[in-house]
Amino acid sequence: MSIQSVEGESSRRRRRVVIPALTTLGILVVWQVVVQVGLVPNYLLPTPVQVIDALVGDVALLAGHAATTLVEAAIGLALGVALGFAMAVLMDRFEGFYLAFEPLMTISQTIPTVAIAPLLVLWFGYGLAPKVVLVVISTFFPITVSLVSGFQSVDPDMIDLMRTMRASRWQVFWQVKMPAAADQFFSGLRISATYAIVGAVIAEWLGGFSGLGVYMTRVRKSFSYDRMFAVIIIISALSLALMKLVDVLQRVLMPWKRAEGKQS
Amino acid sequence: MRAPALEARGLTLTWNGSDVIVRDVSLVVEQGEVVCLVGRSGCGKTTILHALSGLTQPLEGQVLLHGEDVTGQPGHVSYMLQKDLLLPSKRIIDNVCLPLVIGGMRRDEARAKAEPLFERFGLAGSEGKWPSELSGGMRQRAAFLRTYLLGADVTLLDEPFSALDAITRVDVRHWFCGMARELRLSAFVITHDVDEAVSMASRVYVLGGVQQGEPSRIVGEVAVDRVTDAGEQFELTPEFLAAKREVMRLLA
Repeated sequence: MSIQSVEGESSRRRRRVVIPALTTLGILVVWQVVVQVGLVPNYLLPTPVQVIDALVGDVALLAGHAATTLVEAAIGLALGVALGFAMAVLMDRFEGFYLAFEPLMTISQTIPTVAIAPLLVLWFGYGLAPKVVLVVISTFFPITVSLVSGFQSVDPDMIDLMRTMRASRWQVFWQVKMPAAADQFFSGLRISATYAIVGAVIAEWLGGFSGLGVYMTRVRKSFSYDRMFAVIIIISALSLALMKLVDVLQRVLMPWKRAEGKQS
Repeated sequence: MRAPALEARGLTLTWNGSDVIVRDVSLVVEQGEVVCLVGRSGCGKTTILHALSGLTQPLEGQVLLHGEDVTGQPGHVSYMLQKDLLLPSKRIIDNVCLPLVIGGMRRDEARAKAEPLFERFGLAGSEGKWPSELSGGMRQRAAFLRTYLLGADVTLLDEPFSALDAITRVDVRHWFCGMARELRLSAFVITHDVDEAVSMASRVYVLGGVQQGEPSRIVGEVAVDRVTDAGEQFELTPEFLAAKREVMRLLA
């Protein structure tokens, strides 16, 4: 690699950070000004400065609620990944299973989570269970879909080659299919991670004692929109952090991906 | 008389179990011999190789390995394809060890067995690399080492060099022929490249159809008079040209 292209790379990376940062800052400034000069009344829209104030003022309380939400999301995501994985393996192994469950699974994803959340509260109460169930429902699907298509992406010639080595079905799965599906699995996991936080918050709206969704419902009822925005920031930050965690996990577990990146 | 390393008797093969695409193919590969099968693209060469490897069951006929019937049983012969099929998720050393590990060997044992061969296969220094870090020629050598480590007596090769660029192809082919002699390999190679077939093989089978749409059959067999000390210059000798002319005549 020449010196010039190294420079080009670093300046491109800088632009990738600076341009969106400036855009965001610009929007915040416009927002602040629009509210401050009275174009939009303050009781409808808090200014960014008020939002930051609310965030800082309530930080201890928010941290407690965030911890609840995070625990629900993590348990739900773990179970969702396990369920999604099991479904994908069965669908890949047994065509009958695939035919039986593929349509049902797709239909299950067209049901709005907001619509089933009250039922879950009715069935499982106000505790952890309905939140976890909702997170499982909304996270297993991207995992199953990505894994199934990853398993199917394997070159049939590779399977033939494995057969000439007298590989068992199990060996074909671990040596060939799993690594081939890893890339798509992580894309699915990234989506599921964001669904997990949002799913937990939605479940909390409809009943519970703690969590960002509970906090959100309370501040909405007391018309403190500055805190409403503060909690939105927390939710976004948590989702982004989880996505980042998935990226790190992928980099550690797929070292060959880095070598491929360097080649291209 | 000793039975040949590999023998096919009267193979009739279908595509997806319906149309017959190859009829009554018989061929022999003696121990330590490299034999080629040439034919146009789509005439059923790969189908024949699948049947020889046991991956598919022929409609009629038998596949014998040292006289023993292995028809429809995979795992008795090594198989190498045009695509190197190295697993991107494994380092080269673990890719070439794959047949050993699949056969039940521990990973460190398999590595210890494979490592000394890297130099001989022109792969020294690439043990810890990922497949994406190797050139096409190197990848194909690694695929060949993997095939070799399966340890079967007979190796089947399906257009093994055709994915490589023209210059690399000739290099890897010469290298392969040297290795085949050194290892006393019994190999059956299919290709659509007449030059390649004649330059590698001691005998060339020619697969052709009587008419368009008819099943293919073997239309002739050409013995190549190999000038032993010509080495890489063999392709410039009259013997090479004579064999090539004969193969072309059968193909036409």
